[in-house]
Amino acid sequence: MSEKKTAGPGRRTMLKGTAALAGTALGSGAIGGFPTIWGQTTKNITLRQFGTGVSNINEIADKCKADLGITLQMTALDSDAVVQRAVTQPNSYDIADIEYWMVKKVFPANVLQAMDVKKIKYFDKIVPIFTTGKLKPDSVVAQGTAPSTVGFVEGAGSTKFAKGQTGWFTMIPTIYNADTLGIRPDLVGRKIDSWKDMLDPKFKGKTSILNIPSIGIMDAAMICESAGIVKYGDKGNMTKAEIDKTIDFLIKTKKEGQFRAFWKTFDESVNLMASGEVIIQSMWSPAVTAVRSKGVPCIYQPLKEGYRAWGGGLGLAKHLSGDKLAAAYDYINWYMSGWVGAFLNRQGYYSAVLETAKANMSEDEWGYWMEGKPAKGEIKSPKGVVMEKPGAVRDGGSFYDRMGAVSCWNAVMDEDRYMVQKWNSFIAA
Amino acid sequence: MSVRSPNWVPYLQVAPLSLVFLVFLVVPILTIVVVSFFDYDSTRLLPDFVLTNYEELLSSSITWRTYGQTLEFALITWICTLLIGFTVAYFLAFHVRSTAWQTVLFLVCTIPFWTSNIIRMISWIPFLGRNGVLNTALQGAGVIDRPLEFLLFSDFAVVLAYVHLYTLFMVVPIFNSMMRIDRSLIEAAHDAGASGRQILWNVIIPLCKPGIAIGSIFVVTIVMGDFVTVRLMSGGQSASVGLMMINAMSLLQYPAAAANAVVLLILVLMTVALMIRVVDIRREL
Repeated sequence: MSEKKTAGPGRRTMLKGTAALAGTALGSGAIGGFPTIWGQTTKNITLRQFGTGVSNINEIADKCKADLGITLQMTALDSDAVVQRAVTQPNSYDIADIEYWMVKKVFPANVLQAMDVKKIKYFDKIVPIFTTGKLKPDSVVAQGTAPSTVGFVEGAGSTKFAKGQTGWFTMIPTIYNADTLGIRPDLVGRKIDSWKDMLDPKFKGKTSILNIPSIGIMDAAMICESAGIVKYGDKGNMTKAEIDKTIDFLIKTKKEGQFRAFWKTFDESVNLMASGEVIIQSMWSPAVTAVRSKGVPCIYQPLKEGYRAWGGGLGLAKHLSGDKLAAAYDYINWYMSGWVGAFLNRQGYYSAVLETAKANMSEDEWGYWMEGKPAKGEIKSPKGVVMEKPGAVRDGGSFYDRMGAVSCWNAVMDEDRYMVQKWNSFIAA
Repeated sequence: MSVRSPNWVPYLQVAPLSLVFLVFLVVPILTIVVVSFFDYDSTRLLPDFVLTNYEELLSSSITWRTYGQTLEFALITWICTLLIGFTVAYFLAFHVRSTAWQTVLFLVCTIPFWTSNIIRMISWIPFLGRNGVLNTALQGAGVIDRPLEFLLFSDFAVVLAYVHLYTLFMVVPIFNSMMRIDRSLIEAAHDAGASGRQILWNVIIPLCKPGIAIGSIFVVTIVMGDFVTVRLMSGGQSASVGLMMINAMSLLQYPAAAANAVVLLILVLMTVALMIRVVDIRREL
């Protein structure tokens, strides 16, 4: 298996990585005394990590233990609980695996510490979405809480987001994707190519959006904008009037019985789709895979208005210091060294450092997942389950097709408090 | 020998329980009340004394509608659980003659409690769904020609789940009251020429009042505070006060949730006070 094959090189690059790290750590005076071999400082260290289910994966913890000797204790929670825990219980974790829209709420609460980019080995290789905001030099930064806008703070102890790049990273990006609508091709009975198709009276009582305000409002905005109901200055930072119009429209649609349900967890969205309760809904990519793996046809439909993107990363708790902090940097550098990246790519997400992930994937896998090419052989999930047969092509095409068509990012707006109240009124209406 | 103990002994005797109540009930509730006057932004609580949380809560038509909806759920559930619960208890207490069978059947009633609330609730979903067991069966039998949509993700589903989950809370106290009724009273009524209906109405129901009151308090308070059932069974389409609070909390708007909690607490206390006024539970026990 490719995993076995890559274990060796993965470890070697890691050794090199830590040697470089030890050097910088010594240089910056983070570790007092004589530098020791990396394994000894990290061997008995336990890092408590928590985050959403997408990336809190036991296989990663096992591999981390094998490669670095660091024990990772993972806790997976839903998005809202993650924000709550990050802000209200900062001593209960060492690593916060959170999303960029959450950073906008969590970082100003002064519970995380900024990261010194000098200690991040692959910093220069990170996909530029996270550093400059532009995938390609000519791309436009999408609306919403784009990761680059909350990616840097002004200095070591600062909680103020910097406009451009500084030496202090709020989070290490690890995982991201471009979301769109999931559909049941066997039941919709027509071509779906726009967010406004959600409003087709033919689908009355058979649609769903998600009930996580920061994400749901962006889905709603994509629908409203494509249907010409609301014209936004910036979907990711709406004015009160724009919020009012969006929510009023949602309430009207809800009263007319367009929606079947509003989901909050991954499993709910899978069940809604697999059972045929809904046939078109906002969805997450692995949820689409989960529906398909039940033998039910499901497509992650690219739409002409583009995608709603999200990104997650690893943040360091404020209280980390000494050996634990060093171990956390070790862990982060290991995370980006390729094995995890390949694992995430094989789940249908994207990894932040493409180069190292590519080295850990077969050519066919890379072609299928990242380049939009038809699979030559069987495509397997990270756990070894066959997901696609030869000839299959990924929905939405290549990495650049998908990430290049991002229209907005999940967002926390300036009018957040107002938006949440209005969102509640929509759910309560 | 004097049996008189010093004056402070009774205080010492009530101290442990008082302390437990103080730490686990009074202090948390006071904290909630205090926080309900705090200000907040998107990440922090700002200690302050502001009335905005209450103003925003009480001036919103959504709040009133949600409270109305919650009371409606509570009322319908109360009526259903009372009717079913009373009937079941009556059957157990008066129709099942042997004590052994009474015990056995009573235990049968409690078997559902061996699995968790949420599991029992979720098991309705595949049953009631558009392509669920019930719809498939009805369509197969030719009773309906298109699936009934109102069965799942509706107020109907919510009330159904409530009644399923909480009827036992009615059965137990009512059964308990019925078992304490002196059977000779019923015989006397019978001998005096009362009909079955008269006996039920004039003898059994009045004597069951404490049980009914206790059961009602259970059901009403649980339903008013519930949020899981409403969210799962309505598919997020219906609201309840508990759900409003959860939504606020999940977005770190603790003061808003606290204000809502205080209002709900007052409402529930008033409801319970009303029930206790109707039936003096203490005297009847």
